[in-house]
Amino acid sequence: MELFWYIVLMTMLAVYVILDGYDFGAGIIHLFFAKKEKDKKAITNAIGPFWDANEVWLIASGGVLFFAFPTLYASSFSGFYLPLMMILWLLIFRAIGLELRGQIHNKMWEAIWDKAFGISSLLLALFFGVALGNVVRGVNLGNVVNGVSTQEAHYFFLPLWNPTFSPQAEQLGIIDWFTLLLGIIGVVTLTIHGANWIIFKTNSDINEKLKKVVFNLNFVLLGLVIISLFIWHIIDPEPFRNFIEKPWLIIFPIICFTGLFGLFKVKSFKKHGLGFLFSSLFLFGGLTSTVASIFPKVLPSTNNINPDLTLYNVAADEYGLSVGVYWFVIAAVLVTVYMVIQYKVFKGKMDDVGYGEH
Amino acid sequence: MEDMLFYDRMQFAFTITFHYLFPQLTMGLSLMIVYFKWKLLRTEIVKYNDAAKFWMKIFALNFAMGVVTGIPMEFQFGTNWAKFSELTGGIIGQTLAMEGMFSFFLESSFLGLFLFGEKLLGHKLHFLTGFLVFLGSWASGYLIIATHSWMQHPVGYEIIENGKFVLNNFGALFSNPWLLPSYLHNQAASLVTSSFVVAAIGAFYLLNNKHNEFGKIFVKTGVVFGLISSLLVAFPTGDLVAKNVVKYQPATFAAMEGIFETEKGGSEIVLIGQPNMLEKKLDNKIAVPNILSFLTYQDWNAEIKGLNEFDKSVHPTNVPGLYYSYHIMVGLGTIFIGLMLLAAVQLFRKKLYKTKWILWAIMFMLPFPYIANTTGWYTAELGRQPWLVFDLLRTTEGASPTVSSGNTLFTLLGFIGLYLLLGMLFLMLAGKIINKGPEPETH
Ligand code: HDD
Ligand code: HEM
Ligand code: HEM
Repeated sequence: MELFWYIVLMTMLAVYVILDGYDFGAGIIHLFFAKKEKDKKAITNAIGPFWDANEVWLIASGGVLFFAFPTLYASSFSGFYLPLMMILWLLIFRAIGLELRGQIHNKMWEAIWDKAFGISSLLLALFFGVALGNVVRGVNLGNVVNGVSTQEAHYFFLPLWNPTFSPQAEQLGIIDWFTLLLGIIGVVTLTIHGANWIIFKTNSDINEKLKKVVFNLNFVLLGLVIISLFIWHIIDPEPFRNFIEKPWLIIFPIICFTGLFGLFKVKSFKKHGLGFLFSSLFLFGGLTSTVASIFPKVLPSTNNINPDLTLYNVAADEYGLSVGVYWFVIAAVLVTVYMVIQYKVFKGKMDDVGYGEH
Repeated sequence: MEDMLFYDRMQFAFTITFHYLFPQLTMGLSLMIVYFKWKLLRTEIVKYNDAAKFWMKIFALNFAMGVVTGIPMEFQFGTNWAKFSELTGGIIGQTLAMEGMFSFFLESSFLGLFLFGEKLLGHKLHFLTGFLVFLGSWASGYLIIATHSWMQHPVGYEIIENGKFVLNNFGALFSNPWLLPSYLHNQAASLVTSSFVVAAIGAFYLLNNKHNEFGKIFVKTGVVFGLISSLLVAFPTGDLVAKNVVKYQPATFAAMEGIFETEKGGSEIVLIGQPNMLEKKLDNKIAVPNILSFLTYQDWNAEIKGLNEFDKSVHPTNVPGLYYSYHIMVGLGTIFIGLMLLAAVQLFRKKLYKTKWILWAIMFMLPFPYIANTTGWYTAELGRQPWLVFDLLRTTEGASPTVSSGNTLFTLLGFIGLYLLLGMLFLMLAGKIINKGPEPETH
């Protein structure tokens, strides 16, 4: 049962990252590449009717985490208190940037909300990468100081950074050079992903330029991924242990690299959705490979006093998890139906949806 | 520890109070927009579509505010109430996860279609999308109230050795006797808010002599919906929730009503008076004998236990706050019924649109349903204190163990600043939409 819910949760998070990821990416593109009003319009039209439903994947994942793994929810949400609050504030700015811009026609007003939308998207992409970094690096469970736990074994608290910015210091911070590297990978990946979505859903003039951007950024991404793989062993002495013990897990890195290499052909794609497909594969594969590498841990402990949190020691009890399956299956079918309807109605190019016009 | 908890509580109270200002309009207004759309299908009078479109603009803005302030709520159980989440997550996580899966997806998927899809869909399908948005928001309310009802009156659980609450009966979460009355009361109250808002904007147009045609539709619809919902809020729903409180939380009930001493031969209903916590009595009391006993037990002489009979350890922590919240809610409810009755009589006599003073009153009534809803929730929440899960888990035992008060104060200040900005933007933009008014479609 725990395993079922673990797979559900990871799938939901992956869907969230793929869907809201293109919104963040679109925000970054909007910030750096959209100069003309027409291009900006095209971008917001391409995500306008979707972003809210996409964000619900985050809320629903949070709900499932709460219900199926209450101890993990409690421990990580209180431990990552500060960055989570900042993510919340950024999500608020992202949303009102999108929703309020069109309410008043005034250059200054529009410029302010454009920036709010773009900058918060950029920072969110960064923060989500950093968050992933924190999970694989692990945290000081029980807040151990000089070999003694100062908290219950499954609680911790992390400040935003520690003075050394090192992932190996005894007192860790949210941001260190390792997590920051994953944050930058997050930004680059989502920029590519967002560009692919815009190419897919619009006839904007900047599409050709975006293809070049995707192509060039892909080299950067490849470089960053290689570096991160290389330094992985600093965090985890045997980073590939899981893949050697359970060879079928290799499927996830394969998906990831298929996406990455597929994108180098972006300039020659005739079908516009292909680029988006490949960046989705990369995101899905990257995320699943990362969590698979620490499986069954969900939050490793960096001290050797308190045990890692694994999906088995943080789960709710059996009865609750089993009844949950019934309603979850029904809900999942419904959600799929809604999504099909939504993407059918807004199929094709969306330049003229008229999002945010009042 | 005490001090640490203080900011957690302030932050939760502040963010939830602010959040709920928006959903109460969302839930009521979605029903009224569906009503306008239905009128359009029935009568094919385009004005109703224009009316629906106008309210959809307000709705969209309000919805966006509800969404952005709702997400922090979902996170805060874990960030600020980690211990509570760890211990009860297997139960309240159930209903909260269902809310995400069943209602937020429904709402948000069809909201996009509803707001941008009119041309693509045609009137019938567009009506349907509106209906689904309505359904989603009411389902969301249901599951939230189910969660909340469990905290007020826990059912279907078992406590295991490490203090964890474990679910042993899923069905019990939904047959909780606290749930249905609470839900119906809350939904009726949210309809009060939306009808008063619709009526108030209508009155504003009529008094300003602009968009008169729409002003009349809004006032009429608002008054009809307003009268029905104000009555429903008091009876049967308000009555039913109150009966639940007497039954399951007698000390809370005594504090709400301001009854300190048990009176032989029936309790009086307090209309006015200030709780004096030093001498445990009401100052400056104006009360009507025996009414409370009758309202509660349909028996003029039934005995209601006074607060002084309960052990201090189970007294609500903030008796005066609880007492005032309750009296403000009930007092406003009475005023709402009175005003809407008058307006309905004038409407029936076809004189309402000319009766200026009633229109003024309706217009100025706009903020009060919000106050009534908020004080209603304060009644429920202050009444539950000192418990987080009634009678089982104290609020002091629920907070996050590792988050220090400095950090909580920091984020509380952040939320206050951000929400002030949101509030101002909302008022400014809503004002702009209202000032511009409905735009009749030119065919
Ligand atoms: C327009 C708003 C409004 C109005 C006019 C009223 N209420 Fe109310 N009341 C609410 C809005 C509300 C609410 C905000 O929606 C609450 C909070 C929790 C709930 O389910 O509904 C509530 C809670 C609430 C509670 C507390 C339940 C608990 O402890 O959980 C009681 C006893 C009543 N109501 C009773 C009444 C009575 C007898 C009214 C007579 C006129 C009344 N309310 C009018
Ligand atoms: C929307 C209407 C609501 C309002 C205005 C409201 C208001 C409040 C207030 C004022 C407090 C602080 C009480 C105190 O510390 O003295 C509080 C606490 C709390 N409420 Fe609510 N509440 C609402 C709905 C809910 C719902 C639906 C839930 C559950 C799903 C909930 C769960 C809690 C929790 C967990 C706390 C924190 C612990 C506590 O102090 O009791 N509230 N709320
Ligand atoms: C502590 C309690 C609460 C939590 C955790 C919570 C959570 C949320 C969240 C996450 C959203 C955003 C959904 C989206 O993206 O579409 C939301 C919106 C909403 N909430 Fe709450 N909420 C709480 C209290 C309430 C209460 C008391 C009600 C009413 C009964 C309510 C009704 C709604 C509705 C109808 C929406 C739809 C969006 C809107 O407000 O316009 N919520 N809530």
